[in-house]
Amino acid sequence: MAQLPRDPLEIREQFGPHLAFSSGSRLDRGVEPDALVKTHCCFCGQQCGIQLKVKDNEVIGFEPWMEFPFNRGMLCPKGVKRYLQGSHPDRLLRAQLRDPAAEGGFRGIDYQDAIGRVAKQLGQLQAKYGNDSIGMLSGASLTTEKTYLMGKFARVCLKTPFIDYNGRLCMVSAGAGNKKAFGIDRAANPWSDIVGSEVVWISGANVAECAPITTSYVWQAREQGAKIIVVDPRITPVARTCDLFLPIKPGRDVALFNGVLKLMIEHDWLDHDFIENHTVGFEALAESVQQWTPARTAEVTGIAERLIRQAAEWWGTASTSFLMHARGIEHHSHGVQNVLGAINIVLASGRIGREHCGYATITGQANGQGGREHGQKCDQLPGGRDLADPAHRAHVAKVWDVDPDELPPPGVDAYELFRKIDRGEIRGLISLCFNPLVSLPDSGFVARMLDKLDFYVAIDFFLNETARHADIVLPGSLQEEDEGTVTQIEGRVIKINQAVDPPGEARQDWRIIQDIAAALGRPHGFTFNHSREIFDELRRASQGGVADYSGMTWEKIERQFGVCWPCPSEDHPGTPRLFEPGTPNPIAGDAGPFYFPDGKARFNLAEYTPPTEEVDAEYPVILTTGRVVSQFLSGTQTRRIGPLVDQYPEPRVEIHPRLAAQLGIQDGQWTTISSRRGELTLRAMVVKTIRPDTVFIPYHWAGKQSANRLTIAAQDPISKIPEYKVCAVRLRKAASPPANASDETSHGHPGK
Amino acid sequence: MAIPENKYFFIDPHRCIGCQSCVQACSECDTHKGKSMIHLETVDRLQSPQTLPVICMHCDSPTCAEVCPADAIKRTEDGVVQSARKPRCIACNNCVLACPFGVPKMETSMDLMMKCDMCYDRTSIGKKPMCATVCPSGALHYGTLSEIEELRPRSRTNNEFRFGGQTIRTKVQMMVPRQSPATHLDVADGMFESPADEADDAMLSGAVFELPTVQ
Repeated sequence: MAQLPRDPLEIREQFGPHLAFSSGSRLDRGVEPDALVKTHCCFCGQQCGIQLKVKDNEVIGFEPWMEFPFNRGMLCPKGVKRYLQGSHPDRLLRAQLRDPAAEGGFRGIDYQDAIGRVAKQLGQLQAKYGNDSIGMLSGASLTTEKTYLMGKFARVCLKTPFIDYNGRLCMVSAGAGNKKAFGIDRAANPWSDIVGSEVVWISGANVAECAPITTSYVWQAREQGAKIIVVDPRITPVARTCDLFLPIKPGRDVALFNGVLKLMIEHDWLDHDFIENHTVGFEALAESVQQWTPARTAEVTGIAERLIRQAAEWWGTASTSFLMHARGIEHHSHGVQNVLGAINIVLASGRIGREHCGYATITGQANGQGGREHGQKCDQLPGGRDLADPAHRAHVAKVWDVDPDELPPPGVDAYELFRKIDRGEIRGLISLCFNPLVSLPDSGFVARMLDKLDFYVAIDFFLNETARHADIVLPGSLQEEDEGTVTQIEGRVIKINQAVDPPGEARQDWRIIQDIAAALGRPHGFTFNHSREIFDELRRASQGGVADYSGMTWEKIERQFGVCWPCPSEDHPGTPRLFEPGTPNPIAGDAGPFYFPDGKARFNLAEYTPPTEEVDAEYPVILTTGRVVSQFLSGTQTRRIGPLVDQYPEPRVEIHPRLAAQLGIQDGQWTTISSRRGELTLRAMVVKTIRPDTVFIPYHWAGKQSANRLTIAAQDPISKIPEYKVCAVRLRKAASPPANASDETSHGHPGK
Repeated sequence: MAIPENKYFFIDPHRCIGCQSCVQACSECDTHKGKSMIHLETVDRLQSPQTLPVICMHCDSPTCAEVCPADAIKRTEDGVVQSARKPRCIACNNCVLACPFGVPKMETSMDLMMKCDMCYDRTSIGKKPMCATVCPSGALHYGTLSEIEELRPRSRTNNEFRFGGQTIRTKVQMMVPRQSPATHLDVADGMFESPADEADDAMLSGAVFELPTVQ
């Protein structure tokens, strides 16, 4: 019974999003805080160090943390204002029970009563339809301790294969590509390697808005002589002053990489020693890219040929370099192929595993890295182990004190989980730290699937748009209300420290999971008293795996400002740079440095296929989606922080003046954008900084402002990442403002 | 306490990414909590994402103070031009109109001119200003001249500006490309749009594209 209990506007009136601004002790001058807690930002994968100012169990502001080496005090606007998520009027202070008769559609109930109801419902569904009838959705903004417990809870307590996480929308194409090429899925270098490299190549990454602190590394590299190449359909703030801008047509990245590799081969800009001694598969790849002449590459990618030649020359002739990419090349039905194409030009150059020779995907979420290593992914066990591998199952089963045969087989990706709801195979859902109604493509389908569930329990600190469909909502914890670790963009495991206690009846998320296990009568393995105990078990579970955390302690992490995995023993300092010549690893032994039995990296054929939905006469314009600097992901937190909402209050559709002129649309006018799945009406933002054949909409908003009403649910066959970056749309000037024009952007004060 | 003599504030518009971290952090400063004193200018969003953070330039001979009929604006001995003093300010707006950089703001709710004071509460005790601490791109930087020379070999500093017949020297340094000559800009040049030169347009000159046929 997971349908909306009341009209969305009535739910919003009660539960938000409402906007929080500074007031009270947060505005008073000269307040002496009780404590300054050294911790990290709760938002993106860079995990900037920050000190939270605490007064009377409330976070009242921040003070820069100058010593933390990654950001040295720097923060983006989200980090500056994140403290406003605490003491928020929308905060869930009690468990909520769906009740259409109650104002706002939910009424507060006693926490233990709620846990009892959840256990009863889950137990009944499993008794009637089998263990597999329950699905779990988890998230990569959680601490690693929580992600570990979520994976264990699915496999050991619920015995369901069906858990997956929102990293499915984020890291999986890069992860799959990295594993195919290197045998390991982690950024290969510390960010300090960017500064000092001769060429920095940025593909599909709006660094300035999505990883703002990384900008300082890129600019400093340039001060020291680096040439910056940016490949993007938009002139992003970093592209504005880069040395070479390649305005690529969305969905064509692998064609560009193949074209560059062909030029590298033609001009012999190759590291033959490296290719011969440390890689396999180059000959077949070299043969396959012969078709990618500069002319054909230009035709497919939509980039002028001279720019492709220039990029290849700079890349080919450099002696040091750093290539980074992000969702721009990964959010595609051939996202893994794009990633492999990027890795191929890195391997052919031989520039990896050395100082200032780097390659990295820019992790999106806070724990995008750690959250994909320890078992909340549908096919994975802790330590980056494989749920289908008998030896891996045996190792983890021993740590968990269960029979390996009892562990379920691999499950399915997050979107397929919704298709299983459609087929009646999944009847009950548990979600934590995931707002799929805003973040998954073709959100009309997602809404219908939520409605079909027999039972849905959401754990969250705010009632996000998906949780509005829940039967029961359990009040979870903010990042500053718990302690644990996350693994940031460089593979550096860092320590999140608790600043305040959860308010009201809110609980730390891992305690809620354990409470459900106890109420189900299956507490074995879920009796941790402190998150440190979870970390210590995780160390043992990861031991000997690729993502080996066994040599880390919380003390060591704080003492060293983080420890990069792998860290296989307590006297091991950690591994900031992967693939250094001669370094051993658990797969290759001393034959390393790459994580295959022969220690060699793999060239992979990276084949170009067009996006799933090409433009046509009916839908003639490409839509691509992305982020703005002041909002984060589905906006559950940032759409509630007043100063961030003021900075960019509502989504706009970016249109080139050439296209706008053809459509008769002027800057600021209401414009209707339609795809085969839905339509939105937004204001136009006419700018010369986007390709004339493409429009852009940021995706942080819900309801009638949600870009994902338009996007296509096509997925990469290997990584299962959705194709957020390309679909076909048509645009027209709207006859009038949308009915939701003033409703959807939250203002005013809470109704409770 | 005072600001150390060797510490300067540097603005590098070339690096600015428009993230508004400075704007948001400024309003967290203890002396003017809840109000930001930074202007983040978007130059021409149609053409480019270029933005420019404007803080008080802290002039050696501040025009704002010179035109103040109430003698409300003071410059500290270490060179920081302060917000108007509350008991003296008559909210006449002379400073707002006269400042060649457009910095002072009239807080009508308080009948008081307020402006960037280079985070005097922080800089006078050895900390960096809030905006220059958080800035993720280095567009705002606080440090010594030798430090900036080492960090930014492609740029040089400039702190002398001419407006008509008036020459102004400032405590705040503007970073400009090392090779570029001093230029004279006629304000009127910016008032009229010249036909865009497509060869200079990174998008139109670099993209191969077809526009859809619209029915």
